[in-house]
Amino acid sequence: MGSKYDVLVIGGGNAALCAAIAARRAGASVLVLEGAPKFYRGGNTRHTRNMRCAHDAATEILTGPYTEEEFWEDLLRVTGGQTDEVLARHMIRESKDILNWIVEQGVRWQPSLGGTLSLGRTNSFFLGGGRAMLNALYLTAERLGVDVEYDAEVTGLVIEDGMFLAARLKRPINGETEIRATSLVAAAGGFEANIEWLKQYWGEAADNFLIRGTPYNRGSILKMLLDKGVQKVGDPTQCHAVAIDARAPKFDGGIITRHDSVVFGIVVNKHSQRFYDEGEDIWPKRYAIWGRLVAAQPDQIAYIIFDSTVVTSFMPTLFPPIAGQTVAELAGKLTLDPAALEKTIAEFNAGVRPGTFDHTILDDCVTEGITPAKTHWARKIETPPYLAYPVRPGITFTYLGTRVTREARMLMADGKPSANMFAAGEIMAGNVLGKGYAAGMGMTIGSVFGRIAGREAAKHARN
Amino acid sequence: MHGTRILDEADRLMTVCNSCRYCEGLCAVFPAMEMRRAFSDGDLNYLANLCHSCGACYVDCQFSPPHEFNVNVPQTLAVARAESYATYAWPQALSGAFARNGLVISIVAAFSMAAFIFGFAALNDRGVLLGVHTGPGAFYKLMPHNAMAALFSAAFLYAILALVMSVRAFGRDIGAPIGGRADGGSIFQAIRDAGELRYLHGGGVGCYNEDDTPTDRRKLFHHLTFYGFLLCFAATSVATLYHYLLGREAPYPWWDLPVVLGTLGGIGLVVGPIGLFVAKSRRAPELLDENRYGMDVGFIAMLFLTGSTGMLLLLLRETAAMGPLLALHLGAVFALFITMPYGKFVHGIYRFAALVRYAQERRSEAGS
Repeated sequence: MGSKYDVLVIGGGNAALCAAIAARRAGASVLVLEGAPKFYRGGNTRHTRNMRCAHDAATEILTGPYTEEEFWEDLLRVTGGQTDEVLARHMIRESKDILNWIVEQGVRWQPSLGGTLSLGRTNSFFLGGGRAMLNALYLTAERLGVDVEYDAEVTGLVIEDGMFLAARLKRPINGETEIRATSLVAAAGGFEANIEWLKQYWGEAADNFLIRGTPYNRGSILKMLLDKGVQKVGDPTQCHAVAIDARAPKFDGGIITRHDSVVFGIVVNKHSQRFYDEGEDIWPKRYAIWGRLVAAQPDQIAYIIFDSTVVTSFMPTLFPPIAGQTVAELAGKLTLDPAALEKTIAEFNAGVRPGTFDHTILDDCVTEGITPAKTHWARKIETPPYLAYPVRPGITFTYLGTRVTREARMLMADGKPSANMFAAGEIMAGNVLGKGYAAGMGMTIGSVFGRIAGREAAKHARN
Repeated sequence: MHGTRILDEADRLMTVCNSCRYCEGLCAVFPAMEMRRAFSDGDLNYLANLCHSCGACYVDCQFSPPHEFNVNVPQTLAVARAESYATYAWPQALSGAFARNGLVISIVAAFSMAAFIFGFAALNDRGVLLGVHTGPGAFYKLMPHNAMAALFSAAFLYAILALVMSVRAFGRDIGAPIGGRADGGSIFQAIRDAGELRYLHGGGVGCYNEDDTPTDRRKLFHHLTFYGFLLCFAATSVATLYHYLLGREAPYPWWDLPVVLGTLGGIGLVVGPIGLFVAKSRRAPELLDENRYGMDVGFIAMLFLTGSTGMLLLLLRETAAMGPLLALHLGAVFALFITMPYGKFVHGIYRFAALVRYAQERRSEAGS
C-alpha cells in the first residue's frame, strides 16, 4: 500500500503530462503512471511534430493569423459536422492560450518543417519533434515534484458510483500494489495497438493494419472505464488512419513510413483497379482519408503508381520505390496481373486532358471519361522507369472514448458527471473528432484538455 | 554503396532522417541533408564535419536505440568524421597517424620536449641551462633567436602546407569551390558561425550528457580554449614584430602587449582544456566514438601542456627553472605544430570548410 496522492494521472503522453503539470502547479501532489518503458514513454506524442492552435496574429514561427472561426470551420469540414460544438469551440478558444502556456512548460517551437509549408500558418512545430516536446514536459514535471513511474501497468480501477477510489498497479519487480488518489486523470490513449479489439469492429481486415505508434497503446484503461459505467463516445471504427508503406514494421514506424506521392500518380488495388480520385484536394487536407480507403480494399493493400518524371516532386522516402522498365515488369514485382495494370494505366493515360500542372494549387489537369475521375494533377504515366509504393492502412489513433464535459470531467452512462474522474487526449478525442482528421489536432486535444483536466482534478482534490 | 562500413551506415541514417526531418531546427546537419536526396562519400563527410555531437538529435529521436531503426546520428557521424580526417590527410602516407593518435601524439611530444632539453644541454654548458637569466635576450642565451624563429617557422609552414593540401582534398570531395572562389559573404558567415560555435548548442539548450538534462558546458570551455589559443598566437606574432621591427627582445615586462595577450591566452589554454576534459568524461558514451578517445585527449593534453608550460615559464622566468621550462615549452609548441595536420586540430579546419560550404548552399538556395 502506498501513500495517497491528490491526483493520479494514468498515461504518459502530451495530455497526461499537461494534466500532471497543471495539477502540480495548482498545488496538488501528483503521480504519473506510464505503462511503457522509459524509452517508449509518451504514446503517440513521441511521433508527433506539431499542434494546431488558433491565434489572432502572425507570430515568430506562424506566418499569419488563424482565427477561432477558421479553426472551427476546418474542424466542421473534416468531421462532416460530427463534433460536439460546445466542447470543440471551448477547445479552440483555449488553444490560443496553450500556444504560450506550453512554452512556459519548456517546449520550444520552430517554423514549419521542410515539405510542410502549407501548415506554416496554422500549425506550430515542436523544435526537435514530439519526443523533444515530451522530454521538455517530463523535465518540467519532475522539477516541479511530480512523481513518475515507468513500466507501470494498471490492471484494475476501483470505482464506486462514478467515484474513483484506487488503481491496482502491477510493477515489473515489486508486484501488485494499490494506489489511492483523490482525483483521477485518464490520459492513456486509444486502443489502436490492440489488434484483437480492432477485430471486433473490423474483422480479419485488422490483421493487415499497421500501427504507427508503440505496441503499448492497448486501450486497457479505456476498456476499464467503459466497463465501470463511464459513458461512451464515438464510432469504434473511426480513427486517424493514413496510407503508409506496406514494408513498414507492424508497430512504431512513426512518421517516416508515410507517403506524400498519391497526388502525383494513381492508386490501384490488388486487382489493378483505381478506386478513388487521387487529385481530390491539396494533399495535407486529404491525406488522412487514404488509410480508410485502403482499409476498404481487398486484403487491405494498394499501390501508388507513378513514373520517373515526378520522383523529386515529393519528400524522399524511407523505403525506395519499386521500379520496372515496363508496366508489365513493375506489375510482376508487385505481384499484380500485368495485363490488368497495363489496361488501367492505358485507360488512365487516354483519359488525361491537357492542362497546366501546378501541384501547389487545384490545377486544371483532369481526366475525362474514366471512373473514378482524377480531378486535379492528372498527367500521363508514360516515362520509364515506372515506380510504385505498396501501401497499407496505418492506424494512428482510435476515436472511441469516454464522454466528457467542458471541465474534462467524465460523464457516466446515466448522464451524471463523475465526482472525481477526468479524461484528456486520445481517450476522449471522439468528443471532438467524430470522424476525419486535420494535422495537429490530436495534440491540441491533448494539451487543452490535459491542462483543463489537471486543473479540475487538483481543484477537486484541494477542496 | 560506399567505400566503408561507416559511410554505408551514415547513408542509411541520412535516408531515415531525410524522410522525417523533425531535427531540421537543431543544427546545420539536417538542413544540409535536406538539400540532397542521395548522398555521395563527399556529401556524408561534409555532413559529418558539420556535426558537433551535441546529442540533441539523439535524445529527440523517436527511432534511436532500442528502436529497431537504430538511429544514432551523433555517434555515426563522429566515426565518419574521424575517418574523414585520415581519408584527406596529406601526405597520404601519414594518414595512419590517426589510427592510434593518442600514442602518436604523446610519442612526438615526449620526443620533441626531450630533444629541446638535450639540445640545450648539448649546445650550452650546464651553467647556461640551469643559470638565472634576466633582461632582454634572456631566452636567446639558450637558443639563438634566429635558430628559434627558423625552426618554428619551418614547423609551422609545414603544418600549414599539410593542412591546406588536406582541406583542398576535402573541399574537392564535398563539392566546394577550389581555391579562392568561395564568395566573401559565405566565408564571413562561416567565420561568424565558427567563431560563436553557433551549432554547438543542442538546439538552443546546451548539449546532452548521461541523462536527458542538458548540462554540458563544452561550448564555454571550447571558447576558452580556442580564444586562448588565438591570444597566444597573437602574443607570439606581436613579439615577432617587436623583435624585427622595433628591435626589442623578449622577455618583456608583464604589462607589455605580448605578455598580456600571452597571459590571458595561457589562462584560457589551461582552464579550457581542463574543462573540456572533464566535460568529455561526463558525456553519454552512446553519443561518442570511443575509438577516438586517444586523439581527443591527446589534443587536449597538448594544448594544456602548451598553456601550462607557458604560464610556468612566465612565473618562473627569473629563476634557475627558466632553462628547463623554456625547453619544455618549446618542445610542447613544436610538437603541437608538427602534429597539427595529424590530430584533432584538423576538426576546426574541416568544420570551417564545411561551414563555408553550408553558407554557400544556403545562399544559393535563398537566391534560387
